[in-house]
Amino acid sequence: METVRKWVQLIMGFLMNSSWSFPFTRTIYQGPLKVLCAPGLNCYSCPAATTYCPMGSLQQLLGGLRFALENGQYYFGLSVLGSIGILGGLFGRMICGWACPFGFIQELLHKIPSRKFGVPHILSYGKFVFLLLFVIVLPLALVDESGIGSPWFCKFVCPAGTLEAGIPMLFLQPNLRNTIGLLFLNKFVIMLIFLTWAIFASRPFCRTACPLGAFYALFSRVRLIRLHLDESRCTNCKACHHVCPMGVKFNESPDDLECISCLACMNKACKFDAISLEIGGIPLAVPDRGLSPASKP
Amino acid sequence: MSQTISNSLKKRPLRKAPMVVIAAFLLLWLVGVATGEPGRVLEQAVQVCLSCIGIG
Repeated sequence: METVRKWVQLIMGFLMNSSWSFPFTRTIYQGPLKVLCAPGLNCYSCPAATTYCPMGSLQQLLGGLRFALENGQYYFGLSVLGSIGILGGLFGRMICGWACPFGFIQELLHKIPSRKFGVPHILSYGKFVFLLLFVIVLPLALVDESGIGSPWFCKFVCPAGTLEAGIPMLFLQPNLRNTIGLLFLNKFVIMLIFLTWAIFASRPFCRTACPLGAFYALFSRVRLIRLHLDESRCTNCKACHHVCPMGVKFNESPDDLECISCLACMNKACKFDAISLEIGGIPLAVPDRGLSPASKP
Repeated sequence: MSQTISNSLKKRPLRKAPMVVIAAFLLLWLVGVATGEPGRVLEQAVQVCLSCIGIG
């Protein structure tokens, strides 16, 4: 199942970044597919991006809200919110585990052999601060003289934007190199911190700073597809604690905000079939380890 | 396996909350589309946002 997930991550990453004419055009894809919402965090200024980043678009729409309203345009970001809300209601943070290119990059970095560390739980609240402040409040509240707010998260934090868009654009358009300054340096350092951190800890950006992950986490109790714990089968052996890449103690908190439904606990850890994948309450899959029902406790 | 699934079906009721949430956000999306927002999103997404990527 882990191999299947890796392939899904690769395919989803490719689908969100399938315009490969940029070495010739030296700019980003500008076609109609960009009206589609990327399910994961994928910068729309990435040269290969064929979808829009919901966090980037939401900040742009909220930043331009005053200006839009003055011109009789009601761009509250509802289509963006609706798109990610539908995805959240269907999959929740399963998207982080199966469809986010930046999550995939962090997983690959984590495979580099090194001593591994956990991420302090208190830091997991950081992503909600980024969602509320940097994506919603600051773009809305701090505006320039023409009434336009900045995309604060993209501008000052997003390491995915620096990696997928900032650096490639500097290679594609050499004249941009003259314009880089402290802003870029700040974002470059943040990117380096998260990429280095990803070698030593599992998915640090997803766990501490991703506003899209924070949004999807709000659906942990109401998402259609989720992991289900059969408490009558759980022996409290805590095997699921040791395999979770997000540090979730699944048997203690089956609807945890951090669960990305990577299925590691179901397939790699639980020997008692206490964990299953369900869709709207109906079991979609139970672990397949070739055990006969008679051999199960 | 099939017995396990059928037992689970008996035990677990269908969850309606996800349907309500999805329907609510579908409504939001439709309202956003009706106001012409996707056109604005497309306008933004086809331009290189220099400040977004930390260059401008």
